[in-house]
Order: sequence, then C-alpha cells, then structure tokens
Amino acid sequence: MKHETVETNAGLLIILTLAVISVGGLVEIVPLFYINDTIEDVEGVRPYTPLEQRGRDIYVREGCYTCHSQMIRPFRDEMLRYGHYSLAAESQFDHPFQWGSKRTGPDLARVGGKYSNEWQVQHLIDPRSVVPESIMPGYPWLIENDLKYSDIQARLRALRRVGVPYSLNDEEYQANVERFGEETARWLDINRAEENLVAQARAGNYDGNPSRITEMDALVAYLQVLGTMVDFTQYDDGYFVQFR
Amino acid sequence: MSKPTEKKGAVQTTGHAWDGDLQEYNNPLPRWWLWGFYATVVFAVVYWLMYPAWPVGNTFTKGFNTITFEVDGEERTTHWNTRALLVRDMQSSPSAVRQREFLEQIAAASYEEILTDADKLAFVRSYAHGIYGDFCAACHQVGGAGIVGLYPNLANDDWLWGGTVERIEETLIQGRLGYMPSYRETLNADQMTDVAVYVLSIAGYEGGDADAIGRGDRIFHGAEGGCFQCHNVGGVGRTSQGAPNLTNNIWQIIDVPNAADHDARVELVKSVLRNGIQRQMPAFADRLSPIEIKVLTAYVHQLGGGQ
Repeated sequence: MKHETVETNAGLLIILTLAVISVGGLVEIVPLFYINDTIEDVEGVRPYTPLEQRGRDIYVREGCYTCHSQMIRPFRDEMLRYGHYSLAAESQFDHPFQWGSKRTGPDLARVGGKYSNEWQVQHLIDPRSVVPESIMPGYPWLIENDLKYSDIQARLRALRRVGVPYSLNDEEYQANVERFGEETARWLDINRAEENLVAQARAGNYDGNPSRITEMDALVAYLQVLGTMVDFTQYDDGYFVQFR
Repeated sequence: MSKPTEKKGAVQTTGHAWDGDLQEYNNPLPRWWLWGFYATVVFAVVYWLMYPAWPVGNTFTKGFNTITFEVDGEERTTHWNTRALLVRDMQSSPSAVRQREFLEQIAAASYEEILTDADKLAFVRSYAHGIYGDFCAACHQVGGAGIVGLYPNLANDDWLWGGTVERIEETLIQGRLGYMPSYRETLNADQMTDVAVYVLSIAGYEGGDADAIGRGDRIFHGAEGGCFQCHNVGGVGRTSQGAPNLTNNIWQIIDVPNAADHDARVELVKSVLRNGIQRQMPAFADRLSPIEIKVLTAYVHQLGGGQ
C-alpha cells in the first residue's frame, strides 16, 4: 500500500490508526484481567488492622516512600541483607502499593520485628540519636499528635470498595472467618473498627505511653507488621518458583 | 526554513505536494542504523525462544532455557526465571560456595575452637560484621558501645544477661525483656534518696551520711524495696534476671560518672527508681539462621567482653 493512498484517504487512515493503537492498548490492558493469577498461593497474608491501616496512612502522608522501598528483589545480596524476597501476595491488600524503585534509606518490606518498639519510637523522633550516620529527618510530632480515628470506618469502607475484604455485613464477615479464621475476621469488621483500633493501641502500647493513642502508635504498629505475615519456614526453597 | 537544498531531484520525495509546492523528502535510513535494527529483531526472536515471553491464554511461553537447583537433595529443573536463578545462586554461585566452606567449618567447630583459631575468627569478624551492622548496630552501635540510657554496651565485660557464649546465643535466639518496676508508688522521696545514696556507696562513690546509707541498705535488702531479689545481695547483679551489677562504676541507664556532684548523682539514681525501666531486645530465631546466630554470637563475644 502506498504512502499516498493512506494519507489521502481519511477513512482508511482512521481505521489503520485505531488498529495500531489497539495493539498497545491490548498489551497493556489484557494482563490486568489476569492479575490475580500472579498472586502466589500463600497462607497468612491478611488486610491491615484498623490501627495498622492508620499507620500506613501516616507512612504515606509523611512521604516515607520517597526514600524507602518495600520490595526485596530476588537477588542474593538482598536476600542476605533483608530476608526472603517480597511476594506479590504480600502487597495484595495495599492501595497503593509501596514497592518503590529508589532507596535512599533501606528497604522496609521486612522491617517488622527487626527492632524493638522503643527503638522505632526513638529513631523516628531523632534518627541520629541511634544511628549517627543517618540522613533521615526526625518526625517528633508523631509522638505529640493524637491519632485521629473518627473516620476510620469511612477509610476502611473506601478500601472495601477497591476489593480489600473488610466486612460490612454478616455474610462478608462469615466469608472472612472462612478465609482468615475467626480472630482475624474480627479485626477486619468495619463495624468494630474503632474499638479494635483502641484495643490494639492499648494492648500494644507501641509508643510507650499507655494513656494516649498517638500517631506514633499507629505508625509503629504498621512498621512492626511489615513482612511478618508469611511464615516462610513452611515452604521449601523451590516453592515460589512455580508461580513464575 | 533555510534555502532550498541544491540536491533537489537527487533524493526521492514521498510523491505528494501540499499547498502547491510543499514536498517531503523520503531519505533512506543510514545503513548502520538499519542493520542495527535488524539485529535487535533477530535478538528479540532468540530471546522469545529462550526466556519467558508471550502470554497465551492463562499461561505464557516459558522458553527453552532451564535452571536446575536442589531442594532437599533432590534436583529440580524449571524454565528460566529470576526466582529459580536466585535459588541456584544461593546454592552454587562462587561466593556462596566459598562462604559455605567457611560456614561449614564454623558449624562443626565449638565456640572455643572458633574463638582461638585465627582463620575462623577472621571469617567471623568479616561475615558477622555485615549481619551485626544490619541487625544489631541500630541499637548497640557499630563498635558495640551502645548508648547510655537506651541500649546496653556489648564491648565491655559487664553483662546484663551474661557474657558466656551460651548466654549470648540464648539472648539472640529468644530476645530479652529488661524490666525494673517503678517505685513511684512504693517509696517516698526520702526513702528513694536513702536507696540512691546506698547504691552510690556500693558503686564506690563517697557522700551521704552513714545513717542514710544504713537506711538505704535496709530498704534495698528488705521487703520494702526488695531490690536484692533481682540485683542480688550486696547489689552484685543477677544475670538470670538481666539485673546489672551495681557495685562497679559501669552505668547503663544513667550517666553517673559525668554527673557534676553527689547531689546530681543521687538525682539520677532516683530518676531510675521513679520511672522504672522497660526495654526489649527482639528475638532473632525467626530472622537469622542457626549458623548466622552462631557466627554472630562469636562476633559479639569477641567485641571485648566475652566471658
């Protein structure tokens, strides 16, 4: 077909243009319909509790993701330093995910349980008091600010709308009991979100001050759960290979 | 824009004209570029054949390239992918193999052998330095000196939970909860002063009258304070409780040696009595492998204070 034929025939030009663009569209859009197939079959991953979810909101608000990634890549050096590489399953309830591709600070995908609560609090207030060479800014206001959680139900409902299995009615609750077990299902009940949040903050006392629920409580609760949901000892070395 | 080129007529045009005389050249691409492009096309085809590439229905073309690795002594072969590559790397990359050679020696050796053999000790120092830097240095600092008031010093021979290799290993595996109750409700200010004066006296600081020291002694060793239950009779410490030895001049929580005078020292000790202590070291059994814990134990032991 000659150049001139296409350029002088508007109808043909439109048809051919659509054909070319649709190739790009299909390549980008079709895989999204199969995205669930890429999530590994693994036990233990659950949506965040209300307190952890508020901590995650603060994590995003403070822009932690600009320096910290949450994705351990499948390389030997990363495995030796950070632990098992991240699975798609582990961020399936993250909206938006915090994978990231730039590390000014270390990766945080498995920071949960690595340091004590007291260390996390001290480090967030004044990083250089514990890591002299750190260039991380301090976040001292987190321990001053009371955690706002009056809108926690609305936040969880929004996540439910995009597919996170927080339960709003009895049917969804029963589905969660089946999927995650009774104890976890209780944490995911939107109707009980406020009392759950308060209960976890009281019991965990993440910021060292039991009399108040601060933003520090929420953020540390979130950091301490990162990467801890999957028990990797129950899978052998080759198990996750089959999903690629 | 510029003057019409003189080569007009020598180069092909696309064959159409706009606005009367506006034409478009149809210059051939440079040959090097064209061949480069063909080479990338050939490369792509080879790549598709060798590696995972095209989605097909619910699966994808996996390519002919394979990776073989071992699971529990059994060989497994899969199509090429980064996860399998990693498993193989962890098992048989040159540096992994070299490291394993040493790690096997360490696993087979007793702590006594590790700590007295120069080669093994050199390996421990270099291998554990990375683990220590990532997991321990955040609190205990790079050289193990800790931070007074926050995290214990590992480089001296004063141990809260014991400095033998067995105790260090236990600490790493199960973590520790350091706890001293607050005496805010139990003792009044005068009693706290008495206890503080007594504690300072056994640490070798003079000051405070003998009566106060005597009263403090009685509270320390009596039912009122009960301090001896953890800190032991005479305040020599009890590593099973993580209770420090109070009879030396090593201070973990308060900076007594740098205090201005005796009154300031008393105030410091009283602040501990008032507030109590609650510290936690995380357990590392789930995070570090047994051999990593062994190397780390030897490393911490040789930092300066191993017993």
